[in-house]
Amino acid sequence: MFQVRIHGRGGQGVVTAAEMLSIAAFEEGRHAQAFPSFGSERTGAPVVAFCRIADKEIRLREPIMAPDAIIIQDPTLLHQVDVFAGLKKDGYILINTTKTFEQLGLGDFIRDWHPERLCTVSATELSIKHVGRPVPNVPLLGGFAAVSGIIKLESVAMAIRDKFSGKVADGNIAAATEAYNIVRGEMEEALHHA
Amino acid sequence: MLKQCEGSHAVAEAVALCRPEVICAYPISPQTHIVEGIGEMVKGGELKDCEFINVESEFAAMSVAIGSSATGARTYTATASQGLLYMVEAVYNASGLGLPIVMTVANRAIGAPINIWNDHSDSLSQRDCGWIQLFAETNQEALDLHIQAFKLAEEISLPVMVCMDGFILTHAYERVDMPTQEQVDAFLPPYEPRQVLDVNEPVSIGAMVGPEAFMEVRYLAHAKQMQALELIPQLAQEFKTVFGRDSGGLIRTYRTEDAETIVIAMGSVLGTIKDTVDEMREAGHKIGVLGITSFRPFPLVEVAAALKHCKRFVVLEKSLAVGIGGIVATNVRMAVTGMGLKGYTVVAGLGGRAITMKSLTGLFEKAGRDELDLVTFLDLDWKVVNKQLEREREKRRTGPAAEAMLRDIGAVAARNY
Amino acid sequence: MSALQTVKFYQTGTFTVGNRLLAPEERSVQANMQRTNSLNSGHRACQGCGEALGARYAIDAAMNATNRQLIAANATGCLEVFSTPYPETSWQIPWIHSLFGNTAAVATGIAAAIKVKQQKGQGQDVRVVAQGGDGGTTDIGFGCLSGMFERNDDVLYICYDNGGYMNTGVQRSSATPSAARTATTMPIGPEPGNPFGQGKFVPAIAMAHEIPYVATATVADLRDLENKVTHAMSIRGARYIHILVPCPLGWGTASHDTIRMARLAKETGIFPVFEAEYGEVKSALAIRRPLPVEDYLKPQKRFAHLFGKNPAVDTIARIQAQADKNIRRYGLLAKEAS
Repeated sequence: MFQVRIHGRGGQGVVTAAEMLSIAAFEEGRHAQAFPSFGSERTGAPVVAFCRIADKEIRLREPIMAPDAIIIQDPTLLHQVDVFAGLKKDGYILINTTKTFEQLGLGDFIRDWHPERLCTVSATELSIKHVGRPVPNVPLLGGFAAVSGIIKLESVAMAIRDKFSGKVADGNIAAATEAYNIVRGEMEEALHHA
Repeated sequence: MLKQCEGSHAVAEAVALCRPEVICAYPISPQTHIVEGIGEMVKGGELKDCEFINVESEFAAMSVAIGSSATGARTYTATASQGLLYMVEAVYNASGLGLPIVMTVANRAIGAPINIWNDHSDSLSQRDCGWIQLFAETNQEALDLHIQAFKLAEEISLPVMVCMDGFILTHAYERVDMPTQEQVDAFLPPYEPRQVLDVNEPVSIGAMVGPEAFMEVRYLAHAKQMQALELIPQLAQEFKTVFGRDSGGLIRTYRTEDAETIVIAMGSVLGTIKDTVDEMREAGHKIGVLGITSFRPFPLVEVAAALKHCKRFVVLEKSLAVGIGGIVATNVRMAVTGMGLKGYTVVAGLGGRAITMKSLTGLFEKAGRDELDLVTFLDLDWKVVNKQLEREREKRRTGPAAEAMLRDIGAVAARNY
Repeated sequence: MSALQTVKFYQTGTFTVGNRLLAPEERSVQANMQRTNSLNSGHRACQGCGEALGARYAIDAAMNATNRQLIAANATGCLEVFSTPYPETSWQIPWIHSLFGNTAAVATGIAAAIKVKQQKGQGQDVRVVAQGGDGGTTDIGFGCLSGMFERNDDVLYICYDNGGYMNTGVQRSSATPSAARTATTMPIGPEPGNPFGQGKFVPAIAMAHEIPYVATATVADLRDLENKVTHAMSIRGARYIHILVPCPLGWGTASHDTIRMARLAKETGIFPVFEAEYGEVKSALAIRRPLPVEDYLKPQKRFAHLFGKNPAVDTIARIQAQADKNIRRYGLLAKEAS
């Protein structure tokens, strides 16, 4: 079972991202379970959503306390929430930022981590470019498909079509695809340097 | 058809497939997505011949349901928590009148302190209201139970609550197999009421009944629930024939064959318990699970039979009978009267406190060694409780307890993990 | 100049006309041999019960207006208790009692079910009446009533107002008049009886919902009551009729004075009788011969503490002021009478 935790702020589509991730996994014939952290959080408040992906029925209902991967939709959370709590060693980290891990002050934390599992993508810019709104959740899913390899980009596109239609869907697919390619580039570079 | 969707959405679609005629709704978390979904289907013309009424309170919701059901319309509503309590007078009235209303309860704690998260305090507070109460383990079962609920309710002319864990199920996206309209039509015939407000055959419904007949009328309600004990497994069997899957029934056992310890629970926590039991089985523990689907009527005979060969049982319940301990546990103990079993009550997950495999493993191991107290509060923060008790011993005016304890924890906002 | 009106030698009283001498279409519903007796004889109401009289006329009129396609929902209260000492029932129409405070909502549910059945081609056009006393309407049932109004559900709600909880032993409701004695507003202390400045007049609140039809009536003018119910049944949407029904038990009046008390309430201006459409008053029954409020108060034991050796002149004056305000507000003084 592969467990993903998504951190963001109310209004950034955190819950939708987890749901779409589960739809993408479902499209690949896998079992998936997505659920929010059930808060009465308002716009701007820290929000958490979870997604489990497995090849058999998922019965477990506890929150994801030891994730295999973390997606951070808002880097300002790094100073506010213990977003990496329980993250498995060598787990995947994807952050929506224009900065590097070093610049974010995470250098020590990821010192001996597999470098190709640590990626950043400026998803907010990508969403503004392709969708016209600062909603980083969908492009991050494209990036997540690349870094984790747990789902295909095509499945993410199908999940996007499930949630959106018309121009919004097209824009989001373009943003997710570009994020996917950016992250793939980062990974290759990381492996090259390793 | 297989689809990945939210539990609330799955239930909304299932209810629509049951061809409801009147739906009344008052919003309360975490029930909202269900009625929003059905409302959209009615407004968009997808669900035809159905009146969707936005009422001014849960009390009105159940009252509108009483009127429409008595006029022969298949009627549905949904609620949770404070909403269920707000409609209680009408809840009793609906069952007293024998009206086959189906209602989803998106289980949530009851305040004070106000809390929007999941536990079973709401439905269990209504255990004696005369409604049938079915508890869903998964979104698939929640969906299936609604289809069975209409048939069950209309067959014995009693209302049915389908209980599903708020947020944990209602807001979870998972795979469900959505039946076709043809399948549902094949299973669920049109509603034929036993009593109806009909201008061609006028009757008076809801008259006063004095001491000379009140007991008999009330006994009949009990007799009908006893009939339901036979009907519920039959319907589950019929359901399997049409839909091809096991759903509903009175109870369900898991790895109980040679189990010395059997854990009893209701609702979605059964999944986490089963995963825990699998792990413990691998470590050599003889442990199994008994899930109760039908809490009312309570399947005394079936529960006793399921526990016949074990040494001890642990009832893990998301409810608290203040002043005694467990609600489900008290019912289970009645079922095993004279069987000489060790029984433990565990109150867990109140107000959304996460129930984790880690805590469960420790708990069940302790139970296996018979080291559990009669009543255990899982993952209770004794430090905070004792500090407050100490404060109350020391001075009179300690102020509001909940606020004081929050201050001790230093929590700024409720967190789920 | 139009033809002179012929002298009506058949007048049977000051304000009433014998039914048999009217044209058939103008005769009262009750005068018809084919009347439904919706609330049939044999019920257990007290002698002189204003509510039983009002309900009988109102529901028969509604039955007549709907060609007998009518379902009634009833709040807990006197009417419910005295009409259904099961296994006997006085109701000749489909009738349901659910709770004290939910009658308007139950009626909404009935109307919704009928609508769907009709859409499906499974039933006739059946209409719905909800009814309750003032407690079940203005107090405990008020939330459901307001909800039914604002949704403009196709329900006629009839309130039989006798100014208190008579079923439970004459306690105060929000429709109890100022200064009246009840079991919970005893005539003792510095302000004996029900305090001034409290209570509410639900017809005015109904009008604030902008519903198609609001009317008041009394059991003193049963033709007016029948006409209003008949008119209400010709309209779709939420409708409200508030009927003043004297209660010999609660008011401390003689059983044979029920109609006289209702007439005095109207003639003194204590109870305004009017019709309103979409929030605007359209007509009012004029006071024929204005009378001082004492004439209405004196025969009632619930106001006995205002009279006796030292009459409570100030209190009576305050009640007179209330009546005068009604007269001004609803234009109750007949032009020709002034």
